Amino acid sequence: MPGIEFLLGALTPFNILLAVGGVIAGTIIGALPGLTATMAIAVLVPFTFGIPPSSALIALGAIYTGAIYGGAYSAVLLNTPGTPSAIATTFDGYPMAKKGDGDLAITLACLASVIGGLVGAAFLLLLAPPMAQVALKFGPVEYFWLAVFGLTLIASLSESSVLRGLVGACVGLLLGTVGVAEVGGDIRYVGNFQALLGGFDVVSALIGLYCVPVLIDLVATPDPHLKLTHQVAGFRLGEALRIAWASKVNLARSSLIGTVVGILPGAGGSIASLVAYSEAKRVAKHPERFGKGEPDGVLATESSNNATVGGGFIPTLVLGIPGTPPDAVILGALMVQGIRTGPQLFGEQSEIVYTFIYGLFIATILMLPIGLVIGRYAFKSIVSIPKALLVPSVAFLTIVGSFAVQNNAHDVQQMVALGIFGWLASRAGFTASPIVLGLILGTIAESGFVRGYLIGNARGEPVSEFFTRPISIGIIVFILIGLMYPVITARRRAKGSTNE
Amino acid sequence: MKSIAKTFAGAIALTAATIGIAAAAYPEKTINYIIAFGPGGESDVSARLQEPFFKKYTGQSVAIQYKAGAGGAAAWSQINSVPGDGYTIIGTNLPHIVLQPLQKDVGYKTAEIANVYWFHYTPDAIMVPADSPYKTLKDLIAAAKKAPGTVTFTGSGTNTANHLAQRRFDKLAGMTTTYIPSKGTGESNTALLGKHVSAAFSYSTVGVQLGSQVRCLAVAMDKRHPALPDCPTFKEMGYDLVSGAYRGLAVPNTTPKALQKQVSDLIGKINKDPAFVKSMEDKGFAMVDIGLDQMDAFMAKEQKQTEAIAREMGIMKK
Repeated sequence: MPGIEFLLGALTPFNILLAVGGVIAGTIIGALPGLTATMAIAVLVPFTFGIPPSSALIALGAIYTGAIYGGAYSAVLLNTPGTPSAIATTFDGYPMAKKGDGDLAITLACLASVIGGLVGAAFLLLLAPPMAQVALKFGPVEYFWLAVFGLTLIASLSESSVLRGLVGACVGLLLGTVGVAEVGGDIRYVGNFQALLGGFDVVSALIGLYCVPVLIDLVATPDPHLKLTHQVAGFRLGEALRIAWASKVNLARSSLIGTVVGILPGAGGSIASLVAYSEAKRVAKHPERFGKGEPDGVLATESSNNATVGGGFIPTLVLGIPGTPPDAVILGALMVQGIRTGPQLFGEQSEIVYTFIYGLFIATILMLPIGLVIGRYAFKSIVSIPKALLVPSVAFLTIVGSFAVQNNAHDVQQMVALGIFGWLASRAGFTASPIVLGLILGTIAESGFVRGYLIGNARGEPVSEFFTRPISIGIIVFILIGLMYPVITARRRAKGSTNE
Repeated sequence: MKSIAKTFAGAIALTAATIGIAAAAYPEKTINYIIAFGPGGESDVSARLQEPFFKKYTGQSVAIQYKAGAGGAAAWSQINSVPGDGYTIIGTNLPHIVLQPLQKDVGYKTAEIANVYWFHYTPDAIMVPADSPYKTLKDLIAAAKKAPGTVTFTGSGTNTANHLAQRRFDKLAGMTTTYIPSKGTGESNTALLGKHVSAAFSYSTVGVQLGSQVRCLAVAMDKRHPALPDCPTFKEMGYDLVSGAYRGLAVPNTTPKALQKQVSDLIGKINKDPAFVKSMEDKGFAMVDIGLDQMDAFMAKEQKQTEAIAREMGIMKK
């Protein structure tokens, strides 16, 4: 193992203290709807300026990994992803909580996050410099196709009605066009609202579309939020471990997907967990159970999104290109510290980088006990807290969370407007996920398409640019498989029934 | 004799202290330092580098806050609604604060922003991957002239300093290149290192950060940057291009002139601190000192220059 001599350096009491504190702070911030991993790191960065670079990195890595895990709490218990990475966790986590298995879902999320985090960190330790080249192979065209791939997944994820899912995704795509265009600078659909110049913010959309409808429904119905079907005693760890062991292939695959997508700058945890979820569903024996409280769904999303942490650090440290939004903040903090990222970081300054990587391992392992304890506490308080207290406190958090995105009241206005829209849409049977995914993927697809076209056009061959690059062809094949898959399974099923 | 000298020195010290107290009426408490962008960018990094020197020279700290959105316009359009008591300062950027109001109604006008100091800029610089066939700027220009439009430049976004520089340089060199805007320097670095484009019109800071992975062909400064000694200036090669993204500080426009001067002087003092200058230059920033007294002339020139390019690019508000 490279740099094993630095393991001891990572194991100092001070570093362990930072790792524990970072994981706790990250988990709590990530659990609050609207407070994302990026924000958690941005708030806590100034405290790391006074400490040595490797310790600062350990603290930031611990916050980051904790926040990504913490996002699962509100996804499971409130149907509101705490961070964009946890969107797909709502698909099965919340139905599990509705069935009374919220504590099991959280323990599963904790196990999956630790495993995913360890896989991501292992790739960072062993294969960082070669893996970083993957990031560079992805040009605008590849991002375009990746986003299109993500959009095709929406269709296969739409539970009740494919048509409603597609309509929702189109609404999301349209929302994504609002504001100043990234390429060209045109102003689109802003009207006279300056609040819309910057476009719709993803975090505001998350809070509005997911959380506000839950709150309105809580007020409108007399039932308690989550029913408690059993005595909350242990962590249900044994049960969770058995489920996780039975799904070891799913965990490995999802962690791998998370690591690779994490390496791609600009993709991040939301796409990683979406891809991992749909892959888990596609190969599952009982795909029809997904979306109704299938533990495998939670395992897939939570292992993949934590694997993006280690994956994202690969281009950040090797190339100086942030793999995920939180990495951009960490990169800025490193610049202030005077650390120059790049291939030489793994050579000349290997002490910093390997001490950090082992620190990330330690923080991830520490997340198991810390996550279980905080998770149980979060579950207990959400189930036992009276509705009259729960609703106003969560409502307060939605305002704080959406304001905190950019310290801007515009985002709060957007959140409330989208929330009311989301509630009306949910009454008509539309779910929030296709809309939010359309918003996220639409902007990626658009900028990839326009830039890919411009580059192709400069070469005089704008069309072949999209269809001749090897990685593009690979993604196109996946898109075709994804689109054909329902047809194939339907035919196979039909054949199976005639044979019998 | 010795005691006389001592008394004399003491008297000087006392006078200095009294003057010091009079001037130190500002600041008496923490100053809010608003960044119009998210954390981690150049505006944030340079503010973080200034932070300890506020403490050193005033004994007071600054609280750095982020108010991002609409390319900075979200924060700039609100700065004048804050009390002008010297305890709120905001980072401003060029060409942003000139260009944005020219393009559209963004909620503020350039003249309404009370800039007190421009303290540094990140010069535009042309970079190619280390193994690029373009060894010098001449190679690149020759290729662009041979097949107009085929040389592609990425840069930090649409209508940013990089974009304006690319347009100006095309004109100066009499060539045609294609500009592919990226979302920020992170994405333009990917495009550059991944060789999705021929070259990048990026910033000197990027050249320092990416080190040996890239070759800097030219930097838009008067003299070479100390951290990039091998990178020639455009001027050396006969192109009059000195440009980049300037960063400065503004106060609410209700702030009394005398107080504006105090803020300006404080930033100026920090800007002269050798330790601060070194930490900035090591990262590829280039220092400038445009205080309050030179502000009007500087802004007038900047306005004229930016307006001319904006008109040429056809991005002026109708």
